[in-house]
Amino acid sequence: MTLLDSWWDLRDLGHAVAAFLEWLGDRGVPSWLPYLVSTLVGLMALLLWALLSQLFFIWAERRLLARIQVRLGPNRAGPFGLLQPVADALKVLSKEMITPRGADKVLFWLAPIGVVVPAIVALGVIPFGQRMVLADLNVGLLFIVAVSSTATLFVFLAGWGSANKYSLLGAMRSVAMLISYEVVQVLALLAVAVFVGSIRLGDIVSWQGRYNTWLIFLQPLGLLGFLIASSVEVNRTPSDIAEAESEIVAGYHTEYGGIRWGMFQMAEYIAGFVVAATVAVLWLGGWTLWGLEEWVPGWLIFLIKLYGVFFLFIWLRGTLPRLRIDQLMGFAWKFLLPLMLLNVLLAGLEMVVWKETEAPAEVVLPIWAVGNIAIGVGLVVGWALLMGHLRPRNRPARSLLVREVGQIYYRPLEEV
Amino acid sequence: MVAELFQQYVGVVVATVAGFVLVGAALFANRLLAPRQATRAKGLTYECGMLPIGRGRLQIHFRYYLFAILFLVFDIEAVFLFPWALSFLDVGAMAFYEMLLFIIALGFGLYYAWRKGVLQWR
Repeated sequence: MTLLDSWWDLRDLGHAVAAFLEWLGDRGVPSWLPYLVSTLVGLMALLLWALLSQLFFIWAERRLLARIQVRLGPNRAGPFGLLQPVADALKVLSKEMITPRGADKVLFWLAPIGVVVPAIVALGVIPFGQRMVLADLNVGLLFIVAVSSTATLFVFLAGWGSANKYSLLGAMRSVAMLISYEVVQVLALLAVAVFVGSIRLGDIVSWQGRYNTWLIFLQPLGLLGFLIASSVEVNRTPSDIAEAESEIVAGYHTEYGGIRWGMFQMAEYIAGFVVAATVAVLWLGGWTLWGLEEWVPGWLIFLIKLYGVFFLFIWLRGTLPRLRIDQLMGFAWKFLLPLMLLNVLLAGLEMVVWKETEAPAEVVLPIWAVGNIAIGVGLVVGWALLMGHLRPRNRPARSLLVREVGQIYYRPLEEV
Repeated sequence: MVAELFQQYVGVVVATVAGFVLVGAALFANRLLAPRQATRAKGLTYECGMLPIGRGRLQIHFRYYLFAILFLVFDIEAVFLFPWALSFLDVGAMAFYEMLLFIIALGFGLYYAWRKGVLQWR
């Protein structure tokens, strides 16, 4: 990839910042100042992006869900209801923040702050382009896991501090669920680390660029595990038993109102972006697109991939009913965890074989890709058979509703 | 070394500070815009509109702690696995077989817990 180092090269916005740094350096300022300034500029851009796409996705998610459920969705405020999230934000800002009398005030205050800040910090290590990364850590992968798992603690603080039965129940459920799926998530990431041999996010992207392949082909099982585990981790609907409104009011944020409630929502969205970005970087090749990144800005490619993954989460939310807690916990420990352990071992074995035979990458990687996809499908189907799924004994041929009602009758519009 | 660390982590530090500033600003704006009038009924915890019964702090079932213990085991395993994943190719095939033994031992732990019924959500 030929990189023009001119500031107007839009394919990597890092150039503009680098040119600015050089200009500052020529002025004879202390050496730490340019780093700080460039970080601040990058952070402003990052926060602006995060907030704007959050506003956009609040609207897009509601419209898409409405579309899936054959409703209209928000369509009053602004064209196509585009101003709905702005109206929501204003409404949330003008609501009273109530603290229950029995609450532990310090914990109650601390929890929403502690949920949002880690999400923003985790966003800082995501590489949007070759040089568009706020903090290029050499432990990036571990950092994302470590920082985003601190949210677990604050979710529990929220539940405990509220002095509400439903909050505490939701918090306990949430903690049990998060810690179960965190193990799965870490093991799925580990298989990628085994393949690439580095946990710096930039290295993982350039590894995929160098071998001209995406890790989705080499690690399909890991991707499956990570997608499921992270959709649980960010509390999205098929598995949002921590805030299941039909069971425990709103779970751990029952007692929160005003912007403190808004912060939980914000944290959920930003954590969702972080997860989608992780999938895009690790499995979908980040800012690379088989040579097309020469012509199209890399950050645009990356954002399209990120939004694609996020759309998948919305789609899942619209399609699947909420799961029960025993189903979720059993699925993590009995299904995903053994498969992820096997996946790590498989990746290790493949790397050892590759190293020992010293075969060229063009020969080895297609074999591993085909083999891993076949093994992945085989393991999922085989394990499900072993666990007694896929063999419905008592399942009705037609769904219960149809059987009891007889048939679904849509009244034609003329009759209404 | 220190300069390199500074370059790497200045972003993290600044992002943390900015996160707190953002949250603080939002809380401040809420303070300015929202009414504040605490009444007795508002201070009650929400229980579907009824007066709350008993204490807010429930007794929690023991099964949660079993999962927490299992989590500890497997999370510490992950701590061991990450350095291994980054260096086992340099050490040689022996490192892989040793990790194989380690994971099999842990797999037996999981199997034991499974047979004991720990993973059954009752």
